[in-house]
Amino acid sequence: MDARDVVIIGSGPAGYTAAIYAARAGLAPVVLAGAVTAGGALMNTTEVENFPGFVEGVMGPELMETMQKQAERFGAEVVYDDAVEVDLVGPVKTVVTGGGTTYTARAVILATGSAYRELGLDDEKRLSGHGVSWCATCDGFFFRGQDIVVVGGGDSAIEEATFLTRFANKVTLVHRRDELRASKIMADRALSDPKIEFAWNSTIVGIHGQDKVAGVRLRDTVTGDERDLDVTGVFVAIGHIPRNELLVGQVDLDDAGYVLAGGAGRRGTATNVEGVFACGDLVDHTYRQAITAAGSGCAAALDAQHWLAEQLGAAEAPAPQTLPQKIEETL
Amino acid sequence: MSTFPVTDATFKSEVLDADVPVLVDFWAPWCGPCRAVAPILEELSETYAGRIKIAKLNSDENPQVTASYGITAIPTLNIYKGGELVKQVIGARPKPALTAEIEAVLS
Repeated sequence: MDARDVVIIGSGPAGYTAAIYAARAGLAPVVLAGAVTAGGALMNTTEVENFPGFVEGVMGPELMETMQKQAERFGAEVVYDDAVEVDLVGPVKTVVTGGGTTYTARAVILATGSAYRELGLDDEKRLSGHGVSWCATCDGFFFRGQDIVVVGGGDSAIEEATFLTRFANKVTLVHRRDELRASKIMADRALSDPKIEFAWNSTIVGIHGQDKVAGVRLRDTVTGDERDLDVTGVFVAIGHIPRNELLVGQVDLDDAGYVLAGGAGRRGTATNVEGVFACGDLVDHTYRQAITAAGSGCAAALDAQHWLAEQLGAAEAPAPQTLPQKIEETL
Repeated sequence: MSTFPVTDATFKSEVLDADVPVLVDFWAPWCGPCRAVAPILEELSETYAGRIKIAKLNSDENPQVTASYGITAIPTLNIYKGGELVKQVIGARPKPALTAEIEAVLS
């Protein structure tokens, strides 16, 4: 079977927006949405208050389900499977999934987003799921009436801390600086919340507990003093790292592991590999918002569409290339 | 067979006293990853019909069993064999990973 025009890997705001635009351009994209991660990071959030067009806000999962339906309405094919292997070099790219399907396409849009950054403590892995959590909306309920900590100082940390006050007796926000990085409206909300306390200039250097979290050890980043805090839950919200594990050695990454897009006379989302475009949190050091991810997903689809049209134009002239015969799509 | 619900009241008879291994999915309605893994568990319950049963326990409505196994994160997938907890998987996993976990218990 012939290679299709475009495969999109990832299904957050970037992936689904790319799918909407690519589908409307008649490119019949396949979206590899993830076996258990479809919808991306917003699936684990509650209210999204800053996505334009929703006066009263919108629930993160609802927003993502709506984007998916919108993409499907225009002919995008959403597949609940993970890309586990990619070969992006050459005129036909292959993407192999965890379910064993091989997709071939002339263009690939990378929108794999980001993963939670871990504290990097031994105790963290051991007690993960036993008091250490990365998902307040999933697990907050289990900490009813208990004292817990949230680690971080950005919007995600504040959102989690505020959400967790519904259940917890007391939430202590552990932040390595003496002021919050979060937006003013979020910070003000937390600072005026009677159930939220702050451990400023503090980092977690250890988590106590044999089978479940029994406390944390904090170190003051200014004085170096250490103290223990009795808590039963640790919610980690110290940012994200790009999900690039598929891509190492395939496309150029920067020192922090983000895919390098644009520059060197290329269109904004084009990577160093012909026909491979990247968008969303995977390329974004700076903004990492649902709306900026959606915007760059749109740009990636337009760039891919433009590139495919150029290729077609070149092919209508005396064709310089032949597609490899050995690659078949096994759908 | 498809998955079936268990409760605090039926956990002993349906899970601990079952004659085949039982995978119990501790879940809750508000949990996104729980919804994501649910269709995979449905498929696996068909694939492994007669060899392992797959049960769903709503942690919100059944706090006793949930607390007795120290569940503080969902989804948690516990596999019981002969009344004993023999395997715990925390968090949603793709089908190949869950298949491998089930095979390990059955072998």
